[in-house]
Amino acid sequence: MEKVVSDEIIRVEDLYLNFYTYEGIVKALDGVSLNIKRGEILGVVGETGCGKSVTSLSILKIVVPPGKIEGGQIKFNVKGKTYNMLEFNEPTMSRVRGRYISMVFQEPRAALNPVYSIGDQIGEVFYLHRKEEIIKAVIEQLRKEVETAKGFRKRVLRLYLSLYERMLKNPKSLRVRLASKIPILRRFRNLMKKEVRKRTVELLRTLRIPDPERVVDMYPHELSGGMAQRCVIAMALVANPILLIADEPTTNLDVTVQAQILVLIRELQKKLGSTILYITHDLGVVAELCDRVAVMYAGNVVEIADVMTLFKEPLHPYTQGLLESIPRPGKPFTSIPGIVPSLINPPPGCRFNERCKYAMDICWKQKPPLVEAGKEHYVACHLYSGGK
Amino acid sequence: MLKIKIPERFQPTIKEFKFVLRRVKDSPLSLAGIAIVMGFVFIAAFAPILAPPQLDPPYLIPRDPALGFKLEPMPPSPSHPFGTTQAQRDLYYGCIWGTRWAFQIALEVIICAVAIGLVLGLISGYYGGIIDEVIMRFTDIILAFPGLILAITLVTVLHELNWQTIDAVLLSIILIGWPGYARLIRGETLRVKNEDFIEAARACGASDLRIMFRHILPNTIYSIVIVASLDFGGIVITAAALSFLGLGAPIGWADWGRLIYDGMGFVSGGLRWWWSWVYPGIFIVLFVLGWSLLGDALRDVLDPLYRRK
Repeated sequence: MEKVVSDEIIRVEDLYLNFYTYEGIVKALDGVSLNIKRGEILGVVGETGCGKSVTSLSILKIVVPPGKIEGGQIKFNVKGKTYNMLEFNEPTMSRVRGRYISMVFQEPRAALNPVYSIGDQIGEVFYLHRKEEIIKAVIEQLRKEVETAKGFRKRVLRLYLSLYERMLKNPKSLRVRLASKIPILRRFRNLMKKEVRKRTVELLRTLRIPDPERVVDMYPHELSGGMAQRCVIAMALVANPILLIADEPTTNLDVTVQAQILVLIRELQKKLGSTILYITHDLGVVAELCDRVAVMYAGNVVEIADVMTLFKEPLHPYTQGLLESIPRPGKPFTSIPGIVPSLINPPPGCRFNERCKYAMDICWKQKPPLVEAGKEHYVACHLYSGGK
Repeated sequence: MLKIKIPERFQPTIKEFKFVLRRVKDSPLSLAGIAIVMGFVFIAAFAPILAPPQLDPPYLIPRDPALGFKLEPMPPSPSHPFGTTQAQRDLYYGCIWGTRWAFQIALEVIICAVAIGLVLGLISGYYGGIIDEVIMRFTDIILAFPGLILAITLVTVLHELNWQTIDAVLLSIILIGWPGYARLIRGETLRVKNEDFIEAARACGASDLRIMFRHILPNTIYSIVIVASLDFGGIVITAAALSFLGLGAPIGWADWGRLIYDGMGFVSGGLRWWWSWVYPGIFIVLFVLGWSLLGDALRDVLDPLYRRK
């Protein structure tokens, strides 16, 4: 059944992605389909190497060679229109990245450039995506100051004002670019820097970073993991993106810090009403945080449902196995038998067939399609698609 | 007692700076290197005062008209502290202005070679694939020849194309110099480009150019600084070698290699005309030694893997 289009932000349809390695072609994504609704937190769970991260990188189109998107569609709904992002060219994409869709990475300290201070790095995103707004703020402030200033200072401020107005009209204006290179004249940029700094501090404060005035001047190595992750989240939130992709943002943090970050993410989501794609392998986090869950296995989405349904009535044998293997006190330790198949030579049909206790003949012949088994509950398994 | 209050923010910076100073103070070789290079910088900067120029361009060594065109070099005397060369050119003037000339050659070559190497190395490492192959095979071609021999060939060819001798020398040293830097930067780029923060920058919407120059370059620059300072002396040696072979600076030019070339005919006289080749020789040796020591000192201070040892 087709959903109302405006309700969805992203709809990934039949996404195929291969890695061309020396050992052979790794079929990392094999027809991935999922949708992200406005204002929800969608969790994506699965084992390492099942394609969770690659799916998120594909949405931003930053898959690096030897990886290559081979087919499918990523439909992106913004301002009432639907675009296929795979058709966007590189300059368009770089305007989408950070502005409409941004990403938080797994290892916070590695995601920050060691040679720049926190303020510089967050500031860079301000310059990339919110420059106009900042220039407008500076112009407003300058206009006020020009009225009260006298003599030489007034002249200087007028000159600055004219430069900023020109910059607003034409960001690539040659005169402004030249002025930015001339030693004393380029001081006019300091006003902009000050404004960016002010906004960065504000942003850091909303992320509950203690003493933000000091933190903006710090370098990544001076921060603790939790603080660094907050800074990375700040970077991602600069332009108020429609979709925030969080790729295991708490995996490398202490449990207590992890809880703080999770609370923060949920609060931000409520406050800003943004949509989050949360990638993790921690089912506890999913149960705590997400509205809906997509379970991935070996490059396929095997089940999508809202959290309660998925935890109460998992349909796909893999999801069942996954939930059973959560260690609980007083319960014998169980796991799914077998190993994840090689993605270079995946088994024919359903990729889970070798490990599945319900495997039938058809499971070796035909790939199960994603069908709606219950309300808003999709599953890719022949048990539910009327197979024999 | 006067006490300047330093903001707490700068405490780590100051601590770091003190550590660097202690590091330098503890190693006499670093100190010697810095002292030698500073000495040469002083000589180069104050050349017009130490040896007032008489001809235009000032790199031309003035001749002493009182001594005429006598072929035999004159020994050191009050009016010619280092003696004279074969055509009665003042050796002291040559050595002093030769210092300035050495700095000029080395700086011009380093700046151009690093700029070319930087851009090509970044492009090569960042984009990879066929672009990388083309650029790297091109560097292979240049690196396949011994540097000096290639330089000699290039200078000769450029001569035939009616290039100025000095420009030909500079250009040929740049052309043999950049592949080293290109390789170095490429390697560093390959290391840095797979770091998470590059992916993060891309996810924030940074363009390729921005990533290359703002995110990768600052992370690779230390090794370039060290290698360039080690090369500083080497470039002067190459230029001197070209002059010594008669391909570099024209007659009467204040170039150490040229001065040694002029004194070469008198080496056979044993110590009889020693000044004609010993003085320019000492300048070259000290200059190269100073820069090598300084390069080592920089590595000790800048390289995080070495510094704490």
